[in-house]
Amino acid sequence: MILELGQIPVKEIAWGKKTLLDGGVLRIHREELIEKTRGDDSRLASVEADIARPGESVRIIPVKDVIEPRVKVAGRGGMFPGFIAGLETVGGGRTHVLRGCAVVTAGQIVGFQEGLIDMSGPGARYSAFSQLLNVVLSLDVKPGLSRHEHEEALRLAGLRAAVYLAEAGRSVTPAFMERFAMRLPLKTKESAGDLPGVVYLYMLLSQGLLHDTYLYGQDLKNLLPTLISPTEVMDGAVVSGNCVSACDKNTTYHHQNNPVIRELFNRDGRELRFLGTVVANCNVTLQDKQRSADFAAKLVELLGADGAVITKEGFGNPDADAMMYCALLESRGIRTVLLTDEFAGVDGASQSLADTTPQADAVVSTGNANERISLPSADKVIGDIRVVEKIAGGQSGSLSREGITVELQAITGATNELGFELLSARSE
Amino acid sequence: MTEKMKAVLYLNQFFGQIGAEDKADTQPLLKTGPVGPGILFQELLGPEVEITATVICGDNYFAGHVAEATEEVLAMIRDCGPDLVLAGPAFNAGRYGLACGAVCAEVTSRLGIPAVTGMFPENPGVESYRKTVYIVPTKGTTAGMRDAAGKMSRLALKLAKRESIGSPEDEGYLPRGIRRNYFARETGAARAVTMLLQKLQGQAFRTEYPLPVFDRVAPPPPVENMSAATLALITSGGIVPRGNPDRIESSSATRYGKYDIGNLRQLTAQSHETAHGGYDPTYANEDPNRVLPLDAVRNLEREGRIGRLHPYYYATVGNGTSVARAVQFAREIAVDLKSSGVQAVIVTST
Repeated sequence: MILELGQIPVKEIAWGKKTLLDGGVLRIHREELIEKTRGDDSRLASVEADIARPGESVRIIPVKDVIEPRVKVAGRGGMFPGFIAGLETVGGGRTHVLRGCAVVTAGQIVGFQEGLIDMSGPGARYSAFSQLLNVVLSLDVKPGLSRHEHEEALRLAGLRAAVYLAEAGRSVTPAFMERFAMRLPLKTKESAGDLPGVVYLYMLLSQGLLHDTYLYGQDLKNLLPTLISPTEVMDGAVVSGNCVSACDKNTTYHHQNNPVIRELFNRDGRELRFLGTVVANCNVTLQDKQRSADFAAKLVELLGADGAVITKEGFGNPDADAMMYCALLESRGIRTVLLTDEFAGVDGASQSLADTTPQADAVVSTGNANERISLPSADKVIGDIRVVEKIAGGQSGSLSREGITVELQAITGATNELGFELLSARSE
Repeated sequence: MTEKMKAVLYLNQFFGQIGAEDKADTQPLLKTGPVGPGILFQELLGPEVEITATVICGDNYFAGHVAEATEEVLAMIRDCGPDLVLAGPAFNAGRYGLACGAVCAEVTSRLGIPAVTGMFPENPGVESYRKTVYIVPTKGTTAGMRDAAGKMSRLALKLAKRESIGSPEDEGYLPRGIRRNYFARETGAARAVTMLLQKLQGQAFRTEYPLPVFDRVAPPPPVENMSAATLALITSGGIVPRGNPDRIESSSATRYGKYDIGNLRQLTAQSHETAHGGYDPTYANEDPNRVLPLDAVRNLEREGRIGRLHPYYYATVGNGTSVARAVQFAREIAVDLKSSGVQAVIVTST
């Protein structure tokens, strides 16, 4: 399976009379964007659209999801299969990417665990989203909706907005093309046989209660781990429905741009053989954890892996799943590296994870999410700053005249466990 | 010209040139200027710092009177008004290491003055204080003096100048186990793939978070006949005779107590209390049997379901107490229990 990503750099975003790409400028017809975002979802009470640019004194809070506008221009299926497009398998052909911009959904709080994005100041260093031109949609829903309906309404609205904007890039010639060719390890005669075979084990949160991820529109709580082509992820096969702590939830943007998949493709054929991606879930009961971990480990083994990179989402309960995945793979002779963030306390003195296994001897830390940071007030807040005292990482008293003091936990993507950021932690 | 920074040095009786083991009961005393290794420290610290005083205390006195000795030493240091404090290096001397650790911990936390000590990594002072104190690793003997003093001086100067302190490898101190964020050069994803390749190729790799490893104790076979067995009670919930005669600390306990209950049918609010600082003590103090269930065990004894209750119970405080200490307590208690013919133990925690 071969997917070409045509990268179209977006240098500026402006409101305009028609939605189109004009050189590097994405002009957006604001009313049409709002109409397309709303779709025919009667649960949405109001939709507002703003633009937030890097360097501006703007704070977006609470952030629900971040999505990159992409459009499928050749090959089977369409963007976000199961939600927007139909259920044809994606991951082949050609997809155009509006690079450097994103749709950010914000508005009324859904769970307690939504975050913030600062477009400038000390907080901007902690989130890649601070460097993007963001089209921010503030979405309010009608009263009386359950939280699950609220979450779904926002999730779908964000996907519709991204698909609408991406259409502007359908007929544009990309600045450059990237080509991702997936190996078929069970079919082809290996030509790079000396290189170690590596599988990506992609843990996706599926705990219910607003902690859910979707594959082709299917709720992953009911998934038995399965094999996908990593290029499917680039076409929006994995969508976030998560309201877990902002710092380490994998937004849809993170999935679309999964850095482990990119890294493994980059080194494929030179330092390693990228054998495939196993998506696995993290449910709440011990029985479900054991079933998924054992089944996923078997899939990794069937692919002939020498090693596996394991990524995580969330913290606490999923630590138990992560340790199971590590231990089961290592016991089958498959070497592992686990990516995780840490919750070592505000002072950094506590044990970072809720579970442990001696087999997890190669861990990449994406930072201590409990570390506190003071963020000065922004000139403009998109959303509602008062929720800072409610969201995970904030507390009563977080908000003062000078600004806010929060744990990094509150910053969207700050300790992303796909390894998206530079942040790490070390023992001192 | 800017004023020189002031330093105080803490030494034991030997390095403080009072005497050997026969002077180990020496109570804290203050000498003006550098003493013993202080001369070397002064040379290494250079013209920016003046060692104005040396506090000396005997190892036995400190070990036998930790609380008092700490207060006395701390008062002397406070009165000198230093900008930095150096202690030791203690090399592999256990009592000296514990004293250096205690002094540095208190100086840092209560006086807010940077403090640095040096020890051999296996010195028990390392286990007790590495989390709260900057400890420079040294050789086991005084042969490592110059190297240790150099590293200690360099680190102490940086701390006194409020410069940012780098990683333990860069600065030459033992990791305190404090997790601090920093921005790496590559993304987590890139680091992960690199680490995996190193691991697969059998090369050295360094995990970014060494996971704690818990040892597992295989349980012994069940006691066959409890009605003939002697049972003992142990608690980490801090239940002690009122007044806490052994002065067990409310957290990070360094000792345990062994207390006679041979003639007691139950504990009362008048007879016992908790020394534990990690939970709401109201209900334990109201009825200490809630944590150390003497009343219930006496019932079992009367009903003949256990042979008899061992006439002593053992208590410590589990709050923040290091695993190494707990293991040490357990070893000693186990020897005592075995020699008394105890076959079963109930350990209660909180």
